[in-house]
Amino acid sequence: MAMAPPRKGENWELRQQLNSEYRDKRADAIKRVIANHTIGKDCSGLFPDVVKNMQTDDLEQKKLVYLYLMNYAKTQPELVILAVNTFVKDTADPNPLVRALAIRTMSVLRAEKILDYLASPLSRCLKDENPYVRKTAALCVAKVFDLKPELCVEYGFIETLRDLIGDGNPMVVANAVAALADIQEAAQALPPSPPPSPGRSSPPPSARPNSHLFAIDPPTLTKLLVALNECSEWGRIAILNTLARYKAQDQQESEHICERVMPQFQHVNAAVVLGAVKVIMIHMKNVTRDDLLKSLTRKMAPPLVTLISSPPEVQWVALRNINLLLQKRPEILANEMRVFFCKYNDPPYVKVEKLDIMVRLASEKNVDTLLGELKEYASEVDVDFVRKAVRAVGQVAIKIDEAAERCVSVLMDLIETRVSYVVQEAVIVIKDIFRKYPHSYEGIIPTLCANLDELDEPEAKASLIWIIGEYAEKIENADELLGTFLETFKEESYPVQLQTLTAIVKLFLKKPDESQAIVQRVLQAATKDCDSADVRDRAYIYWRLLSSDPAAAKSVVLSVRPPISLPQITVAPAILEELLGEISSLASVYHKPAATFIGKGRLGAEEMQRRVLEPEEEVSREKALQTVVAGNQAENLLDFDADDEPTSASISGIGADGNSLSDGRISSAAISNAAKSTNPLDELMDLFSTASMSATTAQPVAPASTVAGVPGLQPNNDPFASLSGLSSPPSAMGSGGVSPTPPQQQHQQQKQAVGGAQDDLLGLF
Amino acid sequence: MISAFFIFNQKGEVLISRLFRQDLKRSISDVFRIQVISNPDVRSPIITLGSTSFFHVRINNVYVVGVTKCNASAALVFEFLYRFITISRSYFSKLDEESVKNNFVLIYELLDEIIDFGFPQNSEIDTLKMYITTESIKSEMAVREDSSKITIQATGATSWRRSDVKYRKNEAFVDVIETVNLLMSKEGAVLRADVDGQILMRAYLSGTPECKFGLNDKLVLQKRGDQVAKSDGAVELDDCQFHQCVRLGKFDSDRSISFIPPDGEFELMRYRSTSNINLPFRLQTHVTEPSKSKVEYTIHLKASFDPKLNANNVVLRIPTPLNTTGVQAKVGVGKAKYVPGDNVIVWKIPRLQGAQECTLTAEADLAATTHRQAWSRPPIQVDFSVVMFTASGLLVRFLKVFEKSGYNSVKWVRYLSKANGSYQIRF
Repeated sequence: MAMAPPRKGENWELRQQLNSEYRDKRADAIKRVIANHTIGKDCSGLFPDVVKNMQTDDLEQKKLVYLYLMNYAKTQPELVILAVNTFVKDTADPNPLVRALAIRTMSVLRAEKILDYLASPLSRCLKDENPYVRKTAALCVAKVFDLKPELCVEYGFIETLRDLIGDGNPMVVANAVAALADIQEAAQALPPSPPPSPGRSSPPPSARPNSHLFAIDPPTLTKLLVALNECSEWGRIAILNTLARYKAQDQQESEHICERVMPQFQHVNAAVVLGAVKVIMIHMKNVTRDDLLKSLTRKMAPPLVTLISSPPEVQWVALRNINLLLQKRPEILANEMRVFFCKYNDPPYVKVEKLDIMVRLASEKNVDTLLGELKEYASEVDVDFVRKAVRAVGQVAIKIDEAAERCVSVLMDLIETRVSYVVQEAVIVIKDIFRKYPHSYEGIIPTLCANLDELDEPEAKASLIWIIGEYAEKIENADELLGTFLETFKEESYPVQLQTLTAIVKLFLKKPDESQAIVQRVLQAATKDCDSADVRDRAYIYWRLLSSDPAAAKSVVLSVRPPISLPQITVAPAILEELLGEISSLASVYHKPAATFIGKGRLGAEEMQRRVLEPEEEVSREKALQTVVAGNQAENLLDFDADDEPTSASISGIGADGNSLSDGRISSAAISNAAKSTNPLDELMDLFSTASMSATTAQPVAPASTVAGVPGLQPNNDPFASLSGLSSPPSAMGSGGVSPTPPQQQHQQQKQAVGGAQDDLLGLF
Repeated sequence: MISAFFIFNQKGEVLISRLFRQDLKRSISDVFRIQVISNPDVRSPIITLGSTSFFHVRINNVYVVGVTKCNASAALVFEFLYRFITISRSYFSKLDEESVKNNFVLIYELLDEIIDFGFPQNSEIDTLKMYITTESIKSEMAVREDSSKITIQATGATSWRRSDVKYRKNEAFVDVIETVNLLMSKEGAVLRADVDGQILMRAYLSGTPECKFGLNDKLVLQKRGDQVAKSDGAVELDDCQFHQCVRLGKFDSDRSISFIPPDGEFELMRYRSTSNINLPFRLQTHVTEPSKSKVEYTIHLKASFDPKLNANNVVLRIPTPLNTTGVQAKVGVGKAKYVPGDNVIVWKIPRLQGAQECTLTAEADLAATTHRQAWSRPPIQVDFSVVMFTASGLLVRFLKVFEKSGYNSVKWVRYLSKANGSYQIRF
C-alpha cells in the first residue's frame, strides 16, 4: 500500500473488524464484504485483510474467503501469492470437502502465478481416493484448459481425464465426460494457427491439443452406458450429450444405444428426457428393425406430452422442440392435439407455440374441434395471440382442402365482430385462401369490401386491394373502390401503392372501357409523385407494356400463379437434421443452427480470436466470393469441401442459395455461408438474422410475398433478380412486397418465394 | 453450461451474482436489467443478445437468471433454475427478495456446491443438508465430522440416501395428489380432460430398504392376466416419470417400480392419465346480456363424486366484463363476492359434500362505454381439493419394503384431487 488508506469509511471499519481478535467479529466482517461485493461495491482494497482469515477451521468462513478470492484474485494478481500456501495445504487436508473446495477454488482464480502451483495438487486430486474430490478435480482440468491449455498437455491431465471415464463412480465419469466435451469445444474454438503477431510466443506444436481430444471408442461407450443408469440427473445429461456425438459402428450398436437410452424417457427431469430424445433421434437413423422403430416412436410420444405440464419456461422449450420433431416425424403426436389447447392463463409465448403445433397436427378428423378452439382464441385480449389465431385459421384452410369452407365461415364470423385487428388479420388470411382456392369463395367479397374503412394497416389494405384487383371483373364498383385508394395514393405505404398500381392495371385489362381514366391517373401518380424506385419502375414497365403490347401485358399481369401450400417444414431439410441432433439446446429452441447466434470465439481467447480472425474473415469472404464468381475452384481456405464450390458457382444464384441453405455442415457457419452464397445481399441478410435474434416464432406463413405475383417487374432479368428482390429490406421488396416481414422470417419466405418468383420469370420469357 | 447466475429484484438490482466462466463480465447484469426487467413487453423466457443468452424465471418478486454464451441445453438451464428454487424453498421456505437478502451467504454456499464451472452437480436436497447447514438445520444433524461419508454419499450410486438411517418405528406415507386439467366448451363438451398426478412419499425407514410399489396400472394387470383389468378397476397411465432412485431399466422391461427411497420426503413419481377421467364437478352456466348495461348469471354447480366424500376450499372465479360497476350475487352455499381488481366474482365454498348441488345467481351492472367491444368471456375457473378421491381412478395396490433386518413397516396412503387454475369452463 503506497498510500495510507483513509482512517474512516466503511472499508476502514471493515478492515478493523477483519483484523479483530474475536473470531465471530471477523466472520461477520467477511460476510459484510461479500454483501458489499454483491451490490457492486469495490472491495478489492481489503484483499490482504481478507486473505489473513483464510486459515481457519470454520468451513463456512473458509468458503466465504474463497468466494472473495474468486472475485478479486484477478484484480490483485500480486497478492494472490499470499493465498497459495494455504491453498496447497488445503488440497492435502484430511477432510475431502476441504480438499475439493481448495482445488475447485484454486483453479478459477485466473492468476498466472497461481497456476504453476496448481499443477501438482491437481494431479494428486485427480487420483484422490475420494470420489467427491475426483469429480471436482475432473472439472478443474477443464478450468485449467480454459486458462492455459499447454499446462494440461504438459502434465497429461487430459489423458488422466480419459482414464477417469473408466472410474467406478458414476459422478466422476459424468464430470470427466463433461470436462472432456468442454475441452474439446474450447480446443476447436482456439485459432487453428498460432496468432501471427510476432511478439507473441506461441506454444510449441507438440503442446497444441489436437482436435481429437475426446474420441469415443466402443469400450468407452459401454462404460458410458453403464454410468448412464447410475449417475445423477445432471450427469446423465452430460453422458447423453456425449452419446449424441458418438458415431455408431454398425446398426447393431445403434440399436443397442437406443435400447439403453430409452428408459431415460421416464426421468422426471425434462432435460434428461429431451437429451434422451436427442440421442434416439440421432441413432434411430441407423435402425432398420421395424419393431424397434415402432416402439421408439411409440414410447417417445407420452414423455413429450408430459413435458407440457411442466413449468411454463420448460414447457416452452419442450414445445419448440416438439415443433421441430413434428417436422420430421409428424405421426408421433397425431392423436394428441387436445393437450396443446391453450389455457387461458398460459403465458403468451407458450400459447403462440401451442397454436403452431395445433396447426401442424390438424387433420380432417380433428379440424372441427380445432376451428372451435381457434375461434375461441380469437376473442381473447392479447392482440398478438388473437392475430396468430386468426392466421392459424387460414393455415388450416390451406392445409386441409375439405375444411376450407368451414374455415372461411369461421373467418366471416370473425369479421362480423368488427374488432379492427381481427378484421384486418382475417382479410390478410382470406387473401391467402383466394390464392389457394381461386374462384371458390367469391361470395364473400362484398362483405370484405364493406369493411374497407376498418382497415388501416398496410398489409391488410394491400391484401384487400389485391383481392379487388384479382376479381375486378366480378366486382361492379371495383373502380370506385380502387379510386378511394388512389385518392390517398401519396400517403400510403409502398406495399399498398404497389398493390393499388397492380390492381388498377388488372382492372383496366379486365374492363378496358370503364377504367381508362383511372389507369392513366395511377400511372401518372406512380411515376411522378412517388419516391420509391420500386413503385416507379413497376409503373413504367406497366406503362410501356400497356402502350406497346396490351396482349403481352395481359399475359404478364393476369398470368396464373402457382398454387400455394403450407410447408411441412419451416427450416431447410439439412438444417432440420442438424437441429434434430441438438434437441433441447438453444439452437433447437430458436430453430437456427448454433453458429448463427454463438460467437465463434469463446472464453479468454475471444479477444485474441477476434483480432486474428476478423481481418482474415473479411479477406477470406471476399476471396471466396471472387473465386465463386469466377467459377474457379475455391481455395480450401475454410474447412468445407472444395468439390462443393463449382456446383454452386455453375448454377444460377437461386441454386446457389438453395445450396447454402441446405448445406448441413455449417460448422463455421458465418464464414462458409458467406463464401458459399454468391449473392452479397444474401450475406447481408445473414448478418441481419444474426444481429437481431428474438424468439419470435417463424411461422409458415403462406407465401404472401408472391401474392402480388406480377411477373416481369424485376429491375433486371438476371437470375439473381428474384433473390435480390426478396432479400432486400422489406420496404423495397420487388414484386413480393406485400408483407413486411422481420428479416429472420425472410429466410424461409425467401425459399418459398423463390419457387414462385422463378415460375413467374419463366412465364415472362 | 451456465456461465453466470444472478438473482435480481424487481428494480433490477443484483441480489446475487456468481460468474462461473470467464467469458462474461459482471456488467452483463446491466444488460439483463435493461433488456428484460425494464422492458414491459418481454415475450420470451430466453433472450439472446449477440451471443449471450439470458434464461430467466420470475418468482415472487425476484428474477432468477442463468446466462450462457454457448449452445447450451435450454431445458437443462431451466431445470437448474427451478431446482435452485426448490432447494431455496426447502432451506428458507420462500424465495423472495427479503429471504435472498437474509440468506445470501447460504445461497453462495449452495451455489458453490450445486454448480461447478457451469455444470450442475449434486442437487439432492437431502444430501446437501448434510453439509451445508444453517442455524436451524445444524442442530438437526450434527454430523459434520464424518465428511468423508458425506462425500461418498454425494457421489455414490445412491447419492440420495445415507446408509445409517435408524427409526424406532418404520413408517412410510404415500400421498397421491392429482391435479385435474379440464377445458370445457360453452356447449358443455369436454375439450380436454386429463390428470397430472404426483406420488409423494415420506419414508421413515431404517437401513437401506428395497421398496416395491404397485398401482392399479392397466398394463401391469393385463400382463398378469388379472380379471380386474377387464372391469373398471384399472387405470391407463399415459406416461410416468420417476425420481432418480427408481430403476428405470426395470420399469422399462416389466413396468415394476422398485427403488431404494431417500430418507424423508420426496416425489416418487409423476404420471399422466387421459382416459376415463372422473370429473369431480359439473357446471351448468346460463349467462345472458339482456341489455347493454347488465349481465345475468345463473351458475349451477354439482359435485359428482361419492356422497361420503367432501370437497374443501371450492373456489369459483366467474369473470365479469371489464366495465362492471357492481355485482349483486345470491348463493345457496358459501359466500360470493365481487373482486373489482380481478374482474371476477369469487364464490367460495369451504366445504361441499359429494352429490351436493348449489346455485349462484348474480347480476352485474355495467358502466356505459362509448366504444363497444365484445366481451371476451374468459373461462370460469374452479379450484378445489377433494380428499380420498382420484379423478383418474388410480389406487395404490401395494408398497412392499424389504430390508436385511426384516423389520415390519407401517404404510399409509392418502389420495387428493385438486385443481389450481387448471379446471376451466367456458361460458
